[in-house]
Amino acid sequence: MRLVAIGLVAGVFSAFFGVGGGIVAVPLLILLAGIPERAATATSLMAIAITASAGVVVYGFRGEVDVGYAALVGLPAAAGALAGSAWQQRIRTSTLTYGFAVLLTALGVWLLAG
Amino acid sequence: MSTTTILVAVVLGVAAGVLAGLFGVGGGVLFVPVLVALGLDQLEAQGTSLLAILPTVLAGTWNQRRYGNLRPRTAVVIGVTSVVGVELGARLATQLPEITLRRLFAALLFGVAAHLVWRTRREASRYPGSP
Repeated sequence: MRLVAIGLVAGVFSAFFGVGGGIVAVPLLILLAGIPERAATATSLMAIAITASAGVVVYGFRGEVDVGYAALVGLPAAAGALAGSAWQQRIRTSTLTYGFAVLLTALGVWLLAG
Repeated sequence: MSTTTILVAVVLGVAAGVLAGLFGVGGGVLFVPVLVALGLDQLEAQGTSLLAILPTVLAGTWNQRRYGNLRPRTAVVIGVTSVVGVELGARLATQLPEITLRRLFAALLFGVAAHLVWRTRREASRYPGSP
């Protein structure tokens, strides 16, 4: 039942923002379902594959999916995900995380200004 | 599109993938602003981001399965129920004015940035002394 609730929240979140929904699913998997952090991130990735597929169909019907641009950023990202999930197993990544936090904040400011 | 633009898009794509692999997310928080920067409107960027997420999470899932971290049954339950939410989320997004959606997305980025810092600090306090 808790998993169903997590799925519903992640689905709305994902389609509303065009993201995977992992940012809400991972903490919920840890806090509500009692799954360890690393297993939660792994499981979230697989769940997102289903969520995002549904999102592609729904946005695709509205003509809002550009395949070329998706490949341009998505294929390099597949390589990045292999690296990221491997690093997760062995190194502490706090410096990298702070870098991402700065990058996301900068992009947020840019979106507000633009 | 200039070579520099393509190069920046590829580098940020790789960064989105690293973020996805590290934190179990799709990478959409990076894809969407990058796609907006490339000239897509907010809604188109979001739809395209969802497609870009697919190869990203498939690669991450494949790797995590090798490490034995994956719980496929849990993932399927969450994934399948999320489909119900997806239609609602997309309908809400299409009804909002472009500028509102973009501002909400900016707020999301600030929230995610704060969340990542919090998660890392919590982890650091749990394992003190590690580099």
